[in-house]
Amino acid sequence: MSDVVHELKKNRTLFLMILPAVLITLVFSYIPMSGLILAFKDYRFDKGIFGSDWIGLDNFRFFFISGTGLRVTVNTVVYNLVNLITSQALSVVVAIIITEMNAKYFKKLTQSLIFLPYFISWIIVGAFVYNIFNVEYGTLNSVLRFFGKEPVNLYQMPKAWFFVIMIFNSWKWVGYNSVVYISAITGVDASCYEAAEIDGANIWQRIYYITLPSIRPTIVIMLLLNVGRIMRGDFQMFYQIVGNNGQLYNATDVIDTFVFRSLTTSGDIGMTTAATLYQSVLCFIIITVVNGIVKRIEPDYALY
Amino acid sequence: MSASKVAFNITGYAFVILIALFCLLPFVMLVSASFSTEKAISLQGFGILPREFTTEAYELLFKYPQTILRAYGVSIFITVVGTILGLLITAMTGFVLSRSDFKYRNRFSFYFYFTTLFNGGMVSTYIFVIRYLHLKENLLAIILPLMLNVFYLLIMRSFIQAIPMSLVESAKIDGAGDFKIFCSIILPLSKAGLATIGLFIALGYWNDWYHAMLFISEREKWPLQYMLYDMLNTAQAMANLSTQANISLADVPSQSLRMAMAVVATGPALLLYPFVQKYFVKGVTVGAVKG
Repeated sequence: MSDVVHELKKNRTLFLMILPAVLITLVFSYIPMSGLILAFKDYRFDKGIFGSDWIGLDNFRFFFISGTGLRVTVNTVVYNLVNLITSQALSVVVAIIITEMNAKYFKKLTQSLIFLPYFISWIIVGAFVYNIFNVEYGTLNSVLRFFGKEPVNLYQMPKAWFFVIMIFNSWKWVGYNSVVYISAITGVDASCYEAAEIDGANIWQRIYYITLPSIRPTIVIMLLLNVGRIMRGDFQMFYQIVGNNGQLYNATDVIDTFVFRSLTTSGDIGMTTAATLYQSVLCFIIITVVNGIVKRIEPDYALY
Repeated sequence: MSASKVAFNITGYAFVILIALFCLLPFVMLVSASFSTEKAISLQGFGILPREFTTEAYELLFKYPQTILRAYGVSIFITVVGTILGLLITAMTGFVLSRSDFKYRNRFSFYFYFTTLFNGGMVSTYIFVIRYLHLKENLLAIILPLMLNVFYLLIMRSFIQAIPMSLVESAKIDGAGDFKIFCSIILPLSKAGLATIGLFIALGYWNDWYHAMLFISEREKWPLQYMLYDMLNTAQAMANLSTQANISLADVPSQSLRMAMAVVATGPALLLYPFVQKYFVKGVTVGAVKG
């Protein structure tokens, strides 16, 4: 204890400088964690978080009994896995092609265009979705009509949204992720490529035997970072793309959108907190386990 | 050039051009729709190019610009205040965490990092902000939660770690305090880092609608993105506009107006994009190295 006091005195200024960040984190991250006890309570506004009555596991029972818990869990995991694989694969491919390009301005221009979607809000993406898929006015149906085809009502085809979400997710992140991979590729020792060239390797062999193995650590880290979030749906993305289209809920509900909608429609604080706690704990377990495995196999890649 | 290189170039360039066009196309379609007449849209739907070019949607939008200008004002206020405070806090904290002579730096790093692994979620945060912090209808409910991002903090720390520690030590010997060192050595030497992180923070504020949706219900306090969300999704917004402009609701070019609103909300920010893009790329690169 005297150690701490001594340290506080010695580095008083440093402690003061870190204080605002510590307080903000305390107030907006740590203190709200205590609200998770509502998962075991019957929340009443007049009694507050700590005064409400304990009801055991009823909230969890209610979340799982209708099959909702399982459905949103499966949706969350499946969407995240597919989105993770497609967007990372696309980014690796784009990064490899861009680094192999020789035309400097062309390279810059394409990179700028590809990075553009990262820059805009999900609201604008929502506007794009409206512009493209709206049943009466959407561009998709305009184009279909132009070619003499029957217009489609995508909002009655829940399965199609699996692909819509996958495409928009890749679209939004391809620029950002490819920058990560481009920086990894530019870090590769140029003499490797020169040696390969002398040995007569063609471009495919160079990519397969030098580039891909060299960026493997980056790929692993990117996958790892995202596997840790596998139980967390990107609320903003799902909420803006799917909107208030009830027919799509079964196919597109992830835990986060489900929680938000239950909260705004039924106001069931207990059940939604139970869902959140379930999600947070699973998330934490998954990231700890995955990180532990990685630490054992390749310590350098571990997150912490 | 070898045959394999030619084959690679043809497929590679074609592929990347296709992806780049895909990234651009939605923007083109949005702008086209905003310049189309309502009649053409109702007959033929949105097109990839404008149908019967007109500026009526923009004219109507700018005839009564108060709503939009106020939303712009709110967004600019939130972005400026939040970015300045957030940048200051991020830089100070990054500086402290980069100091190898600060004994508890690892513990504090974990204190911040842990919040990315586990959190209280939307519901309890909502209850705390409304019931215990009493920030309903207060712009602080948007500004405070977005002020410190752990990922940016780690990037900032690596920017500052690149500054030679010997500079800090020699200043110490000359009798400078830690805050003085921060202001007169660290800040001037990490301009690139500050610009990068500042832009990331600013983008987060500018694009935020989520906190506005949760905590702000008074229309006068809505930031631009949430105002746009409302215009895109509710009929009420169109009705308000028709009363304001004193025309019947049926005469409001609601489709092109929605698209014009989206253009007006994004356009000015997009004009900055070519100038700031390189900082974002730099930030992502540094972040990628640190993981």
